[in-house]
Amino acid sequence: MLRLENISAAYHASNVLEGISFEVPEGSIVTLLGSNGAGKSTTLKVISGLLRPNQGKVYLNDSEITQRRPEKIVAYGLVHVPEGRRIFPELTVLENLKIGSYTRQDKTTVEKDLDKMYEYFPVLKDRKAQIAGTLSGGEQQMLAIARGLMSNPKVLLLDEPSLGLAPIIVQEIFEMIKLIREEGTTILLVEQNAFQALSIADYGYILENGRIVLQGPCSELKENEEVKRSYLG
Amino acid sequence: MSNLKKLTDQHKKMLIIGILCILLPPILTSLGLLQGYFQYIINITGVYMIVAVGLNLLLGYTGQISIGHAAFLAIGAFTSALLVMKLGINFWIAVPLAGLVSAVIGMILGLPALRLHGHYLAIATLGFGVAITQIMSNMELFGGYSGLMPPGPTVFGQEVWLDYNLFGHFISGDLVKYYVVLIFVGLTFLVAANIIKTRTGRAFMAIRDSEIAAMAMGVNISKYKVISFGLSAFFTGIAGGLFGHIVGFISPTDFHLGLSLNFFAMIVIGGMGSLRGAVYGAIFMNIIPELFSGVQHLPTVLMGAAIILVTLFLPGGIVTLESKTLMIFRKLKGQLSKRSVG
Repeated sequence: MLRLENISAAYHASNVLEGISFEVPEGSIVTLLGSNGAGKSTTLKVISGLLRPNQGKVYLNDSEITQRRPEKIVAYGLVHVPEGRRIFPELTVLENLKIGSYTRQDKTTVEKDLDKMYEYFPVLKDRKAQIAGTLSGGEQQMLAIARGLMSNPKVLLLDEPSLGLAPIIVQEIFEMIKLIREEGTTILLVEQNAFQALSIADYGYILENGRIVLQGPCSELKENEEVKRSYLG
Repeated sequence: MSNLKKLTDQHKKMLIIGILCILLPPILTSLGLLQGYFQYIINITGVYMIVAVGLNLLLGYTGQISIGHAAFLAIGAFTSALLVMKLGINFWIAVPLAGLVSAVIGMILGLPALRLHGHYLAIATLGFGVAITQIMSNMELFGGYSGLMPPGPTVFGQEVWLDYNLFGHFISGDLVKYYVVLIFVGLTFLVAANIIKTRTGRAFMAIRDSEIAAMAMGVNISKYKVISFGLSAFFTGIAGGLFGHIVGFISPTDFHLGLSLNFFAMIVIGGMGSLRGAVYGAIFMNIIPELFSGVQHLPTVLMGAAIILVTLFLPGGIVTLESKTLMIFRKLKGQLSKRSVG
């Protein structure tokens, strides 16, 4: 579904990614783990077109999307829910969701998807007229995910959805992520909460200093001594 | 159902404001409360409201700074003046055309602005503002330092900027100008309010709130920034066209940096990202100084103090006073009803 080949990227002069390759098969949840500054968010930015890589290629459904503009990539069916939620704080919940469907022309299905989002996250329906900046952290994360889903993506990139949230909310969000996959969306999940990520993902990659140092099915990674020591504590 | 009711309520409010705008000035004039010069100030304030709406689309809604908007006012003023004076085009066509010319130049300015943010964008627009008027004052076409004298509009070949005697009531030429300005102000608010509610308006606000998220959601931020610059310049150009014909004399030196900063202040003081804020800002920056003008040597000092007070105590702009007074009213009402129950 999504494939990266030998991607290198840099901010100004400092290299962040040094030749990354991995694959996200259709219908799966793949997680990208690693400590701060390992290059996880940068990887997602390269995939969604927010950052141009210096080298390498990104394929979506076997067609190359490496040099495409972000809005084209969204239209192809890949959406990025950025780190720190980044909802539009001064717009209402409903306006936020509408911007999620920006690249779509099919008005009637957009309305249907809006209802679906309200079904997934009932709290958003209750608060649809509320200014998004006044939502709680957990609600904002739900809004960020729902906003991304409003583009009707085949592939969803999630950057640290558990960041700064209470454990019980994190649990709720991860249940939602599982449900979204069951409905047929392929997910690439970047997380610092390795325990949670490994328990819902199928396959994992561990990133260190811009390189993939370890990979495997999540059941195996969970048992790996190195992973246990560094990421599961 | 409740949505429909809300809509009509809002329409009612707008209708009342519209009727007041139409009826109040002649009534005040006949009561002797509104004299020629003050009517002129009100007309100019109306023109600046159009600028404020245009600048607010860019600054308040899209989050892109400009401190060169006086240049768009100049472009509009001279375009309209030259169209009428040299080509004999009708005022009512020349003014919208001036808006279009200004919009094209605004979009061209928007292109380099794509790569600039914050302070750097401020400097670039400042440079643009200063350069345009410098270039204009050195060109014969724009009348150099001696300027141009744009004539008033005509209707069926008849000059309309005249004093009239209507059923024994004196109607000044300034009052006629007022109604011309009112038409343009009304149209400006109608168009701007609708733009804000569309996809385009939402894209502007998404860019303002978070460029990265807007990009990630598939909003083409380059396109919408250029559109925002163009729209902003369009309204300002129309205001410029009006300005020239109303004042009757324009020189490139009128459109100086101080005027651009005044426009900027209108938005911040009135309320960013609010059309009503544009109204309040324009009124504050133009009417208040006139109230102080009776005090010798002090008007600028008092005005400066007023600006500081507003920014200190109303950080969201004058528009936040609306919700504050509403809250006080509700509190009072609550206390009154409590008392009557007790």
